[in-house]
Amino acid sequence: MANTQAFTNQGKVDLMNGLHAMGPSVVRGATTKDVYNAALFLVTATRGAGDTVYNTTGEVSGTNYSAGGVVVTTATAPQLDTTTAHFTPSASIVYSNVTLGTAFDAVLIYNDTSATKLALSVHTFGSQTVTAGDFTLTMPTDDGTTGLIRIA
Amino acid sequence: MTIITTTKGDMDTSLLEKETGSIDDENEFTQWIEYWLDGELVHRSVHVQLKRNVVLDGIAAAF
Repeated sequence: MANTQAFTNQGKVDLMNGLHAMGPSVVRGATTKDVYNAALFLVTATRGAGDTVYNTTGEVSGTNYSAGGVVVTTATAPQLDTTTAHFTPSASIVYSNVTLGTAFDAVLIYNDTSATKLALSVHTFGSQTVTAGDFTLTMPTDDGTTGLIRIA
Repeated sequence: MTIITTTKGDMDTSLLEKETGSIDDENEFTQWIEYWLDGELVHRSVHVQLKRNVVLDGIAAAF
């Protein structure tokens, strides 16, 4: 049996759980998971891979929408599917009874526990507006193929 | 009788004109429902099913 060069499967999950720090890290106040929020951004915004932290630049505004968005439900911890670590919010993200009259097409998921509100991921969809209604983002199946965030 | 939120307050959908639409592509399956009153949009809800995810490649370099 030969040795095999690899990024270990356990290492992928551990990265998602914050168990490695290959550069300066932070003093964590607890061993509990962090709280993540989901904020919506206008079509005219420039959210993407270059984002470092959440801020309100380009964020939607409107009736019943609070800056910073809503809390993401994370009941299911990151898991390993064969060789792919994956994480998916465990419930739909819902903005209830909002009016968002200016077109938006992106959601930023960010770490609301971190002091600087570290950006995690940006997900885009077709341009939308909402009028006195709900905006619902339903998650894909949480597995190694379709999970929302994966380390393959 | 189905009551929904509108820009005019809660209303019975039977009093409104209903329109629906959808997008189904590689990125999303999105459905929306609109209610109109005398030509005015008074309710629009949107449901987006995300299909596309973000992936990091875990690569260990060879020496």
